[in-house]
Amino acid sequence: MNGLLKWIEQRIPMMRVANMHAIQYPAPVNMNFWYVFGFLATIVLVNQIVTGIWLTMSFEPSAERAFASVEYIMREVDYGWLIRYMHSTGASAFFIVVYMHMFRGMIYGSYQKPRELLWVFGMLIYLALMAEAFMGYVLPWGQMSYWGAQVIVSLFSAIPVIGPDLVIWIQGDYVISGATLNRFFALHVIALPLVIVILVFLHIIALHEVGSNNPDGIAIKHKKGALAEEDKTPYKIHEYYTDKYDIADDVVPFFPHIVLKDLVAFSIFLAGFAFIMFFLPEMGGYFLERPNFEIANPLKTPEHIFPVWYFTPFYAILKAVPDKLFGVLAMFGAIAALFALPWIDRGNVRSWRYRSGLHTWNLIIFAIVFVFLGYLGGTPQADWKIVASQILTVMYFGFFGLLWIYSKNEKTTPVPERITK
Amino acid sequence: MKKLLLAIALLLPSLAFAAGSKHPLDSADYDLTDKASLQNGARIFMNYCLGCHQQQYQRYSRTFADLGIPDDLGQEYLQFTGEKVTDYITSPMPAQDAAVWFGAPPPDLTLVARVRGADWIYTYLRTFYVDDAKTFGVNNLVFPNVGMPHVLQELQGTPRISYEEALIDGEMVQQYVGIQSDGNGELSPDEYDKAILDLVNYLQYTGEPSRLESEKIGKGVLVFIFIFFVFAYLLKKDYWRDVKK
Repeated sequence: MNGLLKWIEQRIPMMRVANMHAIQYPAPVNMNFWYVFGFLATIVLVNQIVTGIWLTMSFEPSAERAFASVEYIMREVDYGWLIRYMHSTGASAFFIVVYMHMFRGMIYGSYQKPRELLWVFGMLIYLALMAEAFMGYVLPWGQMSYWGAQVIVSLFSAIPVIGPDLVIWIQGDYVISGATLNRFFALHVIALPLVIVILVFLHIIALHEVGSNNPDGIAIKHKKGALAEEDKTPYKIHEYYTDKYDIADDVVPFFPHIVLKDLVAFSIFLAGFAFIMFFLPEMGGYFLERPNFEIANPLKTPEHIFPVWYFTPFYAILKAVPDKLFGVLAMFGAIAALFALPWIDRGNVRSWRYRSGLHTWNLIIFAIVFVFLGYLGGTPQADWKIVASQILTVMYFGFFGLLWIYSKNEKTTPVPERITK
Repeated sequence: MKKLLLAIALLLPSLAFAAGSKHPLDSADYDLTDKASLQNGARIFMNYCLGCHQQQYQRYSRTFADLGIPDDLGQEYLQFTGEKVTDYITSPMPAQDAAVWFGAPPPDLTLVARVRGADWIYTYLRTFYVDDAKTFGVNNLVFPNVGMPHVLQELQGTPRISYEEALIDGEMVQQYVGIQSDGNGELSPDEYDKAILDLVNYLQYTGEPSRLESEKIGKGVLVFIFIFFVFAYLLKKDYWRDVKK
């Protein structure tokens, strides 16, 4: 056995990679509850890929057969309903964990130097994920699939000059049709999953290069020779890290310590996931919308058209602006602002634990604004809601504006040298 | 041509799809484990609904198997036009003719309970009332101006709506009291409600035939996850014991 492992190792560095990225990877000892969502996102990604492969075995991507083939999966494929619900619940679960993961990055300043690129890769994953989810929602070819696609694709017509032609190019037809469904299928099952997997790989490589942040927002790697021998970690850490730095006694190996912690979080997450999947797969119309159980009908507009819940904050921003072009710009601007976060925040203290009260409140209000925008974007239009979504849109961008202003000369509290126990 | 298409696209929805009404919905207390109720619901569906509506995503054999109906009995009493047991539950009525007759093709009812909700169907089928101004002589409280005749009238009897005069904010207004059958139907009001509930139960079943199996497996899975959680937690605790806090 050992001989075989050695034979393999001489030809491909399996153990070296495992050691470097898991068994001897230094992870801060104080990673808390907020730090499990990256792991969970990876699990959900695997779930989506595996269940997605099985769904494609029976799904038929044509306007004539798509809806019927989903019902065929639900009724006649052995455990097809289970695979389909795993996939549909997984889509919403993906966004729940990703939003938590992003907010974690915001409160502990994980986007700050030297993790800017790590954050940008994460945002690219988020962007690809939104495209992936949108196209996936079109595939069952229900009423919401069709009319949701109609609304989203028509946004591109707001672009001056090339807009209308661009819409036709995206649709592959003069209207949303079977041709659109077919190309969305291709993008959903091949192109975007490939992009996402590659981006996730880059995200992890970038993470392991700069190291994991932690709730204190301080470094666990110190300059070579900066630490006394008794302050260094007793764990075996890979030379890749110890050659360049002194690793403080503030770390545990990623495997098994962090993995076991993640496993506990995973079992709690799984309980919630299984409960929804087995007992409430529609989640009251949030995960699977009622009108989508009716086949797409171009001649019959649903009473209300909403995107799925994870898009509704941005949908509310779009609707808050009376002009279509500026609405689209505001919507994309809302995402672009997140991309630019590492450069908008000019502070050098990462964690909200040691930053000003203003910063804490700014973050909390931002989270509330985001949730409330989601509510406004996902419920029927009313006069007060237009005003409310306009105020909240201003508050959404206000978060970034304020941050840029106060972070320059922010009053922060002293940051500890070593991780607080 | 483009303008014509646009006009059709804009006009047709208003013809085929009346806006929802504000009539409060009664809650349908259906029970998917009640086989007798499901069987009666299937019987009503095959006898009264299938003439126009289909369940094109569901096979007779699946319905029979899940409802505990032997194939030969099902074929004898629930299939009327000589289909095979393994055929999909389709309607003999041509969709194009139906669209002309009713203004819109009668919708497929396989998933209607997931689109409308059980309460909606339960209330809808109990709120038809005589209205001579309408093509089919009836109107509906939940779905005003619906283009569907009251197919179950022979069961319910002739339903008449009654109003009373009431003084609200200093004005006399007509207030809805209720719908009463003339008593010329095969069923009493209570029996009719029960029959509709059975039908709703059946439609709820066909919307998601896997519901009961899902909940059964789900319970086992949750128990397994709990046990898994306990072991994962203990293992984590053991490994973290030596980590200084």
